[in-house]
Amino acid sequence: MTTTLQRKLIKGTAVPIRGNEIDTDRIIPARFLKETTFDSMGEYLFIDARFSPDKTPKDHPLNESRFEGASIMIVGNNFGCGSSREHAPQAILRAGFNALIGESFGEIFAGNCKSVGVPAVQATKTDIESLTMTVEKTPNAEVQLNLETMQVVVTHADRGVLLTVSITMPEERRQTFLEGTWDELTLLVSNMDLIKTTAAKLPYITGYE
Amino acid sequence: MSKGTLYDKVWDSHKVTTLPSGLDQLFVGLHLVHEVTTPQAFAGLKEKGLKVAFTNRTFATMDHIIPTDTKERPFSDPQAETMATALETNVKAFGVPFFGPDSGKQGIVHVIGPELGLTQPGMTIACGDSHTSTHGAFGALAFGIGTTEVRNVLASQTLALSRLKVRRILVNGRLSPGVTAKDVILKIIAVLGVKGGIGFAYEFAGDVFDAMTMEGRLTVCNMSIEGGARIGYVNPDQTTYDYLKGKEYSPEDEAWETAVAHWNTVRSNLDAIYDDEIEIDGATIEPMVTWGINPGQGVGISETLPDPATLPAGDARTAQEAYDFMKLSPGQAIQGIPINVGFIGSCTNSRISDLREAADILKGRKVKEGIQLLVVPGSQQVKKQAESEGLDTIFTEAGAEWREAGCSMCLAMNTDKLGDNQVCASSSNRNFIGRQGNPTGRTLLMSPAMVAAAAINGVIADSRTMS
Repeated sequence: MTTTLQRKLIKGTAVPIRGNEIDTDRIIPARFLKETTFDSMGEYLFIDARFSPDKTPKDHPLNESRFEGASIMIVGNNFGCGSSREHAPQAILRAGFNALIGESFGEIFAGNCKSVGVPAVQATKTDIESLTMTVEKTPNAEVQLNLETMQVVVTHADRGVLLTVSITMPEERRQTFLEGTWDELTLLVSNMDLIKTTAAKLPYITGYE
Repeated sequence: MSKGTLYDKVWDSHKVTTLPSGLDQLFVGLHLVHEVTTPQAFAGLKEKGLKVAFTNRTFATMDHIIPTDTKERPFSDPQAETMATALETNVKAFGVPFFGPDSGKQGIVHVIGPELGLTQPGMTIACGDSHTSTHGAFGALAFGIGTTEVRNVLASQTLALSRLKVRRILVNGRLSPGVTAKDVILKIIAVLGVKGGIGFAYEFAGDVFDAMTMEGRLTVCNMSIEGGARIGYVNPDQTTYDYLKGKEYSPEDEAWETAVAHWNTVRSNLDAIYDDEIEIDGATIEPMVTWGINPGQGVGISETLPDPATLPAGDARTAQEAYDFMKLSPGQAIQGIPINVGFIGSCTNSRISDLREAADILKGRKVKEGIQLLVVPGSQQVKKQAESEGLDTIFTEAGAEWREAGCSMCLAMNTDKLGDNQVCASSSNRNFIGRQGNPTGRTLLMSPAMVAAAAINGVIADSRTMS
């Protein structure tokens, strides 16, 4: 257990990205997958949704100065559907985001968010709408995402608590964030004896003898 | 919770242990590797001084970035060349079997797995590609993973996962003539929605799948992920075994008998319990075409485009977004929508039966002037077979371009891309904004026969009137 890997309380300002079924091609177009490292992915986040081919900025929340510095993204349903490209959560992480709050997430995308240590938590449609409206109205409000209490609290420095909503996430996944074990490589490899025992019982591994 | 399904049986037999988090550690029986989602994974192994744990259960090929108009190296795109070289270096360094461009067996990872007999019933199969669900057609649990997970599988041959629920999708009755597997899956996604499958594995069952060929089942399972389901499968049966018999990696002789006996045991029990079940009447399905920006936005060829006001709020918003992007209108007939490009290919529809289906329509006809039609076989073996049947001649005589094997314009990571504002009739799997390589390019998904019909007419047309 490493404390630096634990994700219990995530704080910051938020940006709402309205719309449903925002697929990973939209989060990061395939042409950027030709790079052999993830290093520059943050620069390409939502690039075609944010800029015209001639680089003119489009109407997009990530182009709005009031949301500059946001580290939590509020999204709709089935966010991250489509391609399994980990480049999508890598781009989100590298663009400075530490958590996502959405109505629902594409299955593979949600797993990839865990892989990169970015909790993707769910809230009801109504609560997502309230969060979106609150943050749009008060973009400098602090959003606190608490994985221990499974609540999101939106607070304004002068006006106090603006909104509290409940969040959910699959329990096992939540545990990996609380424990700091979301990067499972070492843990998985440490079970090599058990892995070999399991494999040895599979007919196709033993050549259907 | 489901009980006695193929999903439950295969999961249980591959479960290594329960991790402290509560996630299951699952053994991966077959790991397929391609050039795009793996360089960072191999780099991760190097960084930690780890090896590939099961080189005999790992197979690589090159498909996403490979050009389809030439075999010449270096590739004209320096980034593609770098990526290809990275894979070639990594498979060599880590001892991973590789079906490269010179092997005669290179192709789309989800085409070559089945055709080589690597994909078998009762396996768990993972690959850094969402369309890994394709392999479920054999009664395997096959699913797409991200690059960190690819690294984990390379190093340990396992993944940390949570169990899914199982929904049985029964399609009963008989399909009308000219209705294909592609139409069946587009219909299922239109009914259940693109997020309907989140948290579920789909079991496809009933008369229609019982009667379907393996290549049809591959098309259906391929697009499970487009309905939100990470896994889709069909229970193995005689059709499965007939397809596998004699394939390069299929068991032989006595082992074949043992294998079939085992495969029969992984089928879902007759009294299996499902978390959910739905039924669709196969006879009502007609050729399907998508009009929007996700694969659930599809209609039958005789239908008109829906009025967003009749849809639930969230769907209405997405529909409006789709109309704005696609430059189409509610109430408009799907037939007659003009296209600029036709694409026959991708892991959904690039197998020999898909090419035969398209050739049936194109034979003795011409692609309409000004329309570009690309025909991209799914693998070098498919290409060879098609050429031995003279399909390439049918395509080129019709005015289509006959290409080398690869993913091509499904996701346009190679040089095959749509031009500005072009509309493509495509046999691929995704109509997302910008998917085919141009932010203003638009995609209508349909079967290979329907793409052929659209290319001949220059507009969306009913292929059944042309066969």
